[in-house]
Amino acid sequence: MIQTPSRSYEPDKLEMRQVYANTILELALNNPNVVALEADLMSAISTNKITKHIPKQMINCGIMEANMMGIAAGLALTGKIPYVHTFAQFATRRAFDQLFVSGAYAKLNIKILGSDSGITAEHNGGTHMAFEDLGLVRLIPNAHVFEVSDATMLGYLLRKIEKEYGIHYIRTIRKHAIQIYDQNEVFESGKGKVLREGGDVTIIASGIMVAESLRAAELLQDLGIQATVIDMYSIKPIDKALIVQYAEKTKAVVTVENHNVIGGLGSAVAEVLSEYCPTLMRRIGVKEQFGQVGKVDYLKGFYKLTAKDIVDVVRELL
Amino acid sequence: MSINYQYLEALRDEIRLLTLKELYHLGFGHYGGSLSIIEALAVLYGEVMKVDPKNPEWDDRDYFILSKGHGGPSYYATLSLKGFFPEEIIYTLNQNGTTLPSHPDRNLTPGVDMTTGSLGQGISAAVGVALSHKLSNKKNFTYCIVGDGELNEGQCWEAFQFAAHHKLNRLFVLVDDNKKQLDGLTKDIIDPLDLGVKLGSFGFYTLKVDGSSLTQIYEAIENGKEQIDKPVAIILDTVKGQGVPYLEEKADNHHIRPNQADKAAILATITQLEKKLGKKVTL
Repeated sequence: MIQTPSRSYEPDKLEMRQVYANTILELALNNPNVVALEADLMSAISTNKITKHIPKQMINCGIMEANMMGIAAGLALTGKIPYVHTFAQFATRRAFDQLFVSGAYAKLNIKILGSDSGITAEHNGGTHMAFEDLGLVRLIPNAHVFEVSDATMLGYLLRKIEKEYGIHYIRTIRKHAIQIYDQNEVFESGKGKVLREGGDVTIIASGIMVAESLRAAELLQDLGIQATVIDMYSIKPIDKALIVQYAEKTKAVVTVENHNVIGGLGSAVAEVLSEYCPTLMRRIGVKEQFGQVGKVDYLKGFYKLTAKDIVDVVRELL
Repeated sequence: MSINYQYLEALRDEIRLLTLKELYHLGFGHYGGSLSIIEALAVLYGEVMKVDPKNPEWDDRDYFILSKGHGGPSYYATLSLKGFFPEEIIYTLNQNGTTLPSHPDRNLTPGVDMTTGSLGQGISAAVGVALSHKLSNKKNFTYCIVGDGELNEGQCWEAFQFAAHHKLNRLFVLVDDNKKQLDGLTKDIIDPLDLGVKLGSFGFYTLKVDGSSLTQIYEAIENGKEQIDKPVAIILDTVKGQGVPYLEEKADNHHIRPNQADKAAILATITQLEKKLGKKVTL
């Protein structure tokens, strides 16, 4: 039993983009086959700060995401390990056929970082606010799909996927995440992390909604409701055994995501539960809506993604 | 350097013969655009490219990517004649469970370097291969055939900009300028204007040749190899259905399911090529 933590919800020391740039630099210096590709967003993700150290392994493709994905395929064909970054909606919506055919169908080895996930696109608004990227990549056979919740996890997974062949998609925010993990934590593919345990309800979250779910669990505790909180960072493959285990241990399951409830974490959990352990459940996330401009706090309120919204859904459910 | 054009002419005829037999056996397929690239394939695989059929994954090979993936049938005929796989496999084109799908698949067919078929994508992969070799200071050449219709795809022009910016001089883009796409003439659908001028303005060293001339294609490639800071584009002036006069004249010759008249004409060409090559007439 994990003790109920008294969390401080401090931000990570490093922004997620600094973690990306630092880790790419480390990987590239250690392995000449690592090549990072960008589509004119280097200064947005901080890789502009490392390019002078790895000029032949840091390629700015210009504003051409479709071609960038094809370049990645060509690099992978010749044994390179391309790390492709752009905003999540461009990495998936815009270059989906290239990722699907030239990358995945051709069985090539490509790592993709989709940044500015969901509402964290903030002032870029609806055109840039991807609520469907996880759904798109989850549809690609054998793709590995992650949504990271803090800096330790991002660094760990970036290093881990260098050693694994295939299509790996990591969804992240660019700026500071709330620190969830100690820096020695390890993260397996296809596993979730149980962050606290409670016997009444299981809250399964990913990305920025993990911290929000932990806050909700504290509010629920004040109301006498004990919640388990799971960080389901590996959206695909997903930790079927853990989902079933906690569905059996608690009375209901609630998923929480900064994404459309169709296609992403909520769908993935519902698929497991409906087939293996039919359970009372609700999906919290964006419902039949597009993005819009606004600060994260405002958008959390608008799309009903706050800790209080989670509490309301749990109380209604139980 | 003198090369054996007699051999290349025979290879060209063999590729055309096998392509026709392959498609005739299947009963339908992409005749037009398979036939128009045969001379280019004969020059590339017969003379220009360093490949090893016994070791298709050889690191030092030259790469070939058929970005206009629907030309698969003549590509397969070429690979088979080159020794990448036995001729009998040719007759499994598009059959259930085949290793020869309509559009090339690098995971199914020995000698196929890249999976293509979604137009505009093969050229980006080719540019990526050329970039990779340049980053590693390797000397491999990359050859890519794109269709003139395929150049409707914006991704091609992204790839061209990238190739020129990175001075990928060991990249050769061969444009199969056969003047037609699925629904009709390219000039009626999206007028390509002057492809040589366009590619030149995109930073390519550009040559235009008769795409039915083995000599001209070979000499253009040799000429292009002198480039030190530009990728090379060779516009192949071709005819859809090339080398089969009846099909050249046929209006809708992108994908054909031959009727009786078509069949007779195709069989006549098959017989003619078999006789020319001194083969036993098989069909």
